[in-house]
Amino acid sequence: MSDIASLPTGSRQRQGSNIGQPMTRRDGILKVTGSATYAADNNPEGLMHAVLATATIARGKVTRLDVEAARAHPGVVEVMTPENRPPLATDPDEKTNPFAFRLDALQNDGVRYAGQPIAVVVAKTLEAAVEGAALLRPSYETEAARVDLEGESFVAEIVGPGAPGRAASGDFDAAFASAAKHIEATYDTPPQYHNAMEPHSIVVRWEGDSLSIDMPTQGLAMAVGRTAELFGISPEKIHIRSPFLGGGFGSKGLAAGPQVLGILAAKLVGAPVKLVLTRQQMYGPVGHRGQTRQTVKLGMGEDGRLAAIEHHTLTSTSRFDDFLEPASNVTHSLYAAPAIRTTHAGSRIDIGTPMFMRAPGEAPGSAALESAIDEAAFAAGMDPLDFRLLNYAEVEPISGKPFSSKALRECYERGAARFGWSKRPQAPRSMRDGEGRLLGWGVGTATFPAIMFQAEARAVIRADGSGLMEIGAHDMGQGAWTALHQIAADGLGLSMDEVEFRSGSSDLPNAGIAGGSGHTATAGTALHGAGEDVIARLTELAVNDEASPLYGAGNVGVVARNGRLVRQDDESRGEPYAAILKRAGLAEIEGRGQSAADPAAQERYAMDAHGAVFAEVAVDPNLGQIRVTRLVGAFAAGRVINPRMVESQYYGGMIWGLSFALHEEAVHDKRTGRIMNANLAEYRVPVNADVPSLEAILVHEDDPHVNALGVKGVGEIGITGTVGAIANAIWHATGVRVRRFPIGLADLLGGTPDVSDKGV
Amino acid sequence: MNLSLTLTINGERREIVLDDPRVTLLDLLRERLHLTGAKKGCDRGQCGACTILVDGERINSCLALAISYDGAAITTIEGLAEGDKLHPVQQAFIEHDGFQCGFCTPGQIMSAVGLIAEGQACDDPERVREAMSGNICRCGAYKGITEAVIDASGKLSAGKERDAA
Repeated sequence: MSDIASLPTGSRQRQGSNIGQPMTRRDGILKVTGSATYAADNNPEGLMHAVLATATIARGKVTRLDVEAARAHPGVVEVMTPENRPPLATDPDEKTNPFAFRLDALQNDGVRYAGQPIAVVVAKTLEAAVEGAALLRPSYETEAARVDLEGESFVAEIVGPGAPGRAASGDFDAAFASAAKHIEATYDTPPQYHNAMEPHSIVVRWEGDSLSIDMPTQGLAMAVGRTAELFGISPEKIHIRSPFLGGGFGSKGLAAGPQVLGILAAKLVGAPVKLVLTRQQMYGPVGHRGQTRQTVKLGMGEDGRLAAIEHHTLTSTSRFDDFLEPASNVTHSLYAAPAIRTTHAGSRIDIGTPMFMRAPGEAPGSAALESAIDEAAFAAGMDPLDFRLLNYAEVEPISGKPFSSKALRECYERGAARFGWSKRPQAPRSMRDGEGRLLGWGVGTATFPAIMFQAEARAVIRADGSGLMEIGAHDMGQGAWTALHQIAADGLGLSMDEVEFRSGSSDLPNAGIAGGSGHTATAGTALHGAGEDVIARLTELAVNDEASPLYGAGNVGVVARNGRLVRQDDESRGEPYAAILKRAGLAEIEGRGQSAADPAAQERYAMDAHGAVFAEVAVDPNLGQIRVTRLVGAFAAGRVINPRMVESQYYGGMIWGLSFALHEEAVHDKRTGRIMNANLAEYRVPVNADVPSLEAILVHEDDPHVNALGVKGVGEIGITGTVGAIANAIWHATGVRVRRFPIGLADLLGGTPDVSDKGV
Repeated sequence: MNLSLTLTINGERREIVLDDPRVTLLDLLRERLHLTGAKKGCDRGQCGACTILVDGERINSCLALAISYDGAAITTIEGLAEGDKLHPVQQAFIEHDGFQCGFCTPGQIMSAVGLIAEGQACDDPERVREAMSGNICRCGAYKGITEAVIDASGKLSAGKERDAA
């Protein structure tokens, strides 16, 4: 076996011992004292407040705005409409690259979804701006809108961020036709909205033709690029600070229309402007997860072995741009079958363009597939876990590639043991708790690809032997300030306190995007590389300096240990960094690192994180009320940088899974196209009381192929598996198979024998 | 029209003149006094990110008009630590990783401080979960939050017993 990306000793040797430690968050004190500065916490001198007015129709155009009434309100400074909006250098409807999504920046009087910005009111106070926006009282020419999946559809060749919409291996039709047993089922998932706690916001100041911006973003460099293009200024003139994001989940990945409007408003009034969305305004111009209708067909032998899998997804996108939830693609990697076919279709409706939302594709796709697999297990008369093990994919089913690593069997084993799965009775409706509630147990397999983007980092060792690492990374809660600092310190062979770590600003090296669960891998690998580079330069100085105890040690190798370079064959021989720099007369020495996916490794291996989630639910037999009472997840995702932070990511993901299964759903009024529950009271997300006992098991996994650090990603995988596990547990509790999400008590009424028996 | 009121904010008496009766307590703190620890997540009393203590009780400051609180004593997240010494609830949130993005955290912590002061049974996870359910955490840090509240509550009551002895 010739491993193409094995870890050579020496050059890629780990220098320190911070990686793997459960450090508490480096930004913890700032966050618990209210000192962490989020974008809207900035109040520069002379600040004005901008408030959006948004469309209350879903399709048509604005025919009148009472601009005079708004202007006349005390404190209002200006009303920005398509009439007086400053020009942009690039049309916000122009697709200059695949990640340039069309924005609504008052380019015309058209309305293409409810909640679209139609004007901006700028005032000296927030109160005046809010009132001014209300005084605009728009009139419209309204066209009939459609917001469901019932209309025309088209074949989607490209889904998600540029993935193929169709894939196949083997002959599905033949394999399905000749299979002994068949399952065919259709599952509906609703539109979901990210609802990060921090509303999208921007504080912006023009200084001549330079821009100073505070704005939460998961992609600093891309935000600079889009802003530069839209405003026709060079990227060097734009500085974006995003030290903390109050959550992102994909909704802050790409520049959004409202933030562009904030920049335009500041230009119009010639003063610094703060623009913050209301919660309601987050349901439209800043993305969401499109609704899906997925049909899964499974053909299997008498023994339960899968012969054919087909996964088809119909999903929504906007009338004016394409983002299609790639839900079928999860089937490429999960279960072995000689014939697999995945397809997608799209339907254009009058909504804001859908966008990446935590586990795009995998979250709804796994919900459907894991439910269908459970249905197949029951049809085969098998335990659902045994069924999954029987159909375990030893290689990636769609491609036949080996996995770079896959500790899924151990995840199943350890999760099942912890949960007590072996005591599960096969038949549904056969367990009760002490209060007479129906109990059910379900399992789901979790998976998410190990993705790498491109990044750069800079490392410095200073005259006093301390270090500095710089990367424009993003902490949206996953713990980048801590985990990346750990990697940075190890890269320099120093303690974390000896290394200054700078991040969260666009004037630092490009860290790519915090998304796709790839940020720690991407930014971490760049930091690791920068550390290697600066240590190599320092080594070069030492081994060529006759005055150094390391003189001539180039061949045996030199490693960094606790602020010293030492001989690899004898760690007692060496000297401090400071001594090397002093003799060389240098104030500091600098190194650079880059990271990117290795195309050769990608060609050769399928790279995914895996996990298994076990759920227990209790269902009131009379009311149908559902409670999740236990969740146990076991995950293998390569090297763990900080187990405390990784556990928190898994818990958060599992709670998102619970939310998908039982809570979240944007409900449209089909007559008007408006969302009826655009707020945090009626768009339900879990509160503390909804969250049961949670356990996350970190399964050890070494992966020499994904990147130099062996890191996969942990941010999104927790949702996958969990949704299906809960749905399957509800079936096991009640005997009712619900094929729409979120599952509510109404779905169980009439279906649970206790309920119908008692006539409730 | 100028409206004057007096507030004691984190122990400091402030004379405040408002030019607008529509100003909420939250917007007064954030936009006019630049105490930006309390956060605006919904402005409708649905998320709890703006939770502060008014005369020792937790409230959603986004639903409170500032002028109706003349004479009140207000504690915000900025007033909780004593210099560099964190309040036990703040310390417990760090130790139990009771936050991720941190945006809801000031509200969670003020809510927890209020809850413990209410004398509710803070050793029972179910009660804590219920009583902390006015504060949404979209990152899903609830497990750590619940553990932090129980831990801090225990330490605070142990401290009180020591003081009494």
